Amino acid sequence: MRLDVEGLAFGYANKEVGRDVTFGLSGGEVLCLLGPNGGGKTTLFKTVLRLLAPLGGRILVDGESIAGWSRLRLAHAFAYVPQAQLGVFPFTVAETVLMGRTSHLGPFATPSRRDRVVADDMLALLGIEHLAARPYTEISGGERQLTLIARALAQQPAILVMDEPTASLDFGNQVRVLAEVEQLAQRGIGVMLSTHDPDHAFLCAQRVALLHHGRLARLGPPEDVITRESLREVYGVDVTVIEATRSDGRSARVCVPALGTIPTR
Amino acid sequence: MLVAFSVGRYPVAPTELLRLLWAKLTGAPLAVSPALETVVFRVRGPRVLAAVAIGATLAASGSAYQGLFRNPLVSPDILGVSSGAALGATLGIYLSWGVAGIQALAFSLGLGAVVVVYAIGASLRRLDPLLVLVLAGIVVGTMLGACISLLKYLADPYNQLPAITFWLLGSLASITRDDLLSVLPAALAGLVPLWLLRWRMNVMTLSEEEALTLGVDTRRVRVIVIAAATLMTAAVVSVSGVIGWIGLLIPHFARLLVGPDFSRLLPAAMLLGAGYLVAVDTLARTVASLEIPLGVLTAFIGAPLFIWLLAVSRRGWQ
Repeated sequence: MRLDVEGLAFGYANKEVGRDVTFGLSGGEVLCLLGPNGGGKTTLFKTVLRLLAPLGGRILVDGESIAGWSRLRLAHAFAYVPQAQLGVFPFTVAETVLMGRTSHLGPFATPSRRDRVVADDMLALLGIEHLAARPYTEISGGERQLTLIARALAQQPAILVMDEPTASLDFGNQVRVLAEVEQLAQRGIGVMLSTHDPDHAFLCAQRVALLHHGRLARLGPPEDVITRESLREVYGVDVTVIEATRSDGRSARVCVPALGTIPTR
Repeated sequence: MLVAFSVGRYPVAPTELLRLLWAKLTGAPLAVSPALETVVFRVRGPRVLAAVAIGATLAASGSAYQGLFRNPLVSPDILGVSSGAALGATLGIYLSWGVAGIQALAFSLGLGAVVVVYAIGASLRRLDPLLVLVLAGIVVGTMLGACISLLKYLADPYNQLPAITFWLLGSLASITRDDLLSVLPAALAGLVPLWLLRWRMNVMTLSEEEALTLGVDTRRVRVIVIAAATLMTAAVVSVSGVIGWIGLLIPHFARLLVGPDFSRLLPAAMLLGAGYLVAVDTLARTVASLEIPLGVLTAFIGAPLFIWLLAVSRRGWQ
């Protein structure tokens, strides 16, 4: 499945947040959305997911506009991993993941044995089977994030949209989530995620979109997009991008900011 | 229930009760006095059954409202159904209508209040739909309360005012078999959609955005659930008067026992609600020579229970 966003203008009825956003995403690809706070990342995601109506432009899935799609049909194409939030009622982790099966159920149906198998598989895939019976309200932030990813996968979507999946996670969990993102792409899912950390984009993304003041400042492979110049332009910070060698022999780039020379914006 | 049948102004021994039931079932000649038969089948029977039906209905609609509004502190009155019904009944009494008229007016104004609240919520599209509904519910409820106060002020203080006060406190004392039969269809009509949508109800407790992206048409589900729960509550309140606390308290207990999954929560809440109201109603007519209004008792028992619940169930919800 392929997602195409063409000349999208997005925002709220009385306030435009961004415009002229054009990008594409194929199955098996990871697109990382970078940009400063208030740059419109979340609003853009919500518009792509049709949680907000677009103010202009088109969103196409396999060439077909999603404008008239039902929630059910949208849920078959897109799954959403919101920033981990606390539920009101103490559903167990297993029940929470099972909710990902909702779009595959009839309106009056409850999950079948097969749905439970899918949900269990996703728990196992993310290595959180041991949490199955725990209340979602009582596990740690990292575990919650993994649970939400498992729920999104139980939905069996073509495209996965993740809003800052590494925010508020400790270092180990951040790496675990990024590794999972890479795996998902290998399974053919198109992943679109936002992050605040350019290093994460280097680690897992094939393409990076830099969103600044609601417009795509740059779009392309991480090496081309994340540069000293672009980071200075967008974040107003002086950064050196260096090449490091990972333990598996592959090389990876990392950003090292220079703390002493932060120019005022 | 056996206890509820036995105790009261005219005590019935459990053995006599069983013999009577047996005689009725088998058609054998009665071995007990006809007065006893009247007490059990005409007076106490409808009342106990009404307590079962009303308790279960209020608890069921409370569970639905709490899930829908993602808030465990919500009760079925939140959208103004009770205030609407109360105004209807007050108006009926003020106009000296008959019992059936009062009940019909209470029922229709109960539904009408929620329709108005929902219309206000739907017309303010740009705001968070749940918040708007709750705020509209509060505003409309306050206005209805003012109307009730006005009618009470105007009402005849010797005949009408006590009747109004009594109605507002809720009672099952005057309930008849016909009342029970007129309530049941509406209660069942509300219950069926709630049960059918039990899985969707679980998803509705998540945030609006999560429910939408999981493929749930939240607006449609919300309309159906509000309509169903309101229909049930209005039907019940129109015969029993305002009985507070059950819709708020019982779902909490049920959740504590069986967890938040609606397919277990709904039956558990209904059983507990039925049991609670039968127990409270039995107390209401036995502890004192004067019958204590139900609303007073449910509040007296409910408030401390609720505080105890808050203290122990830190993990029930956060």
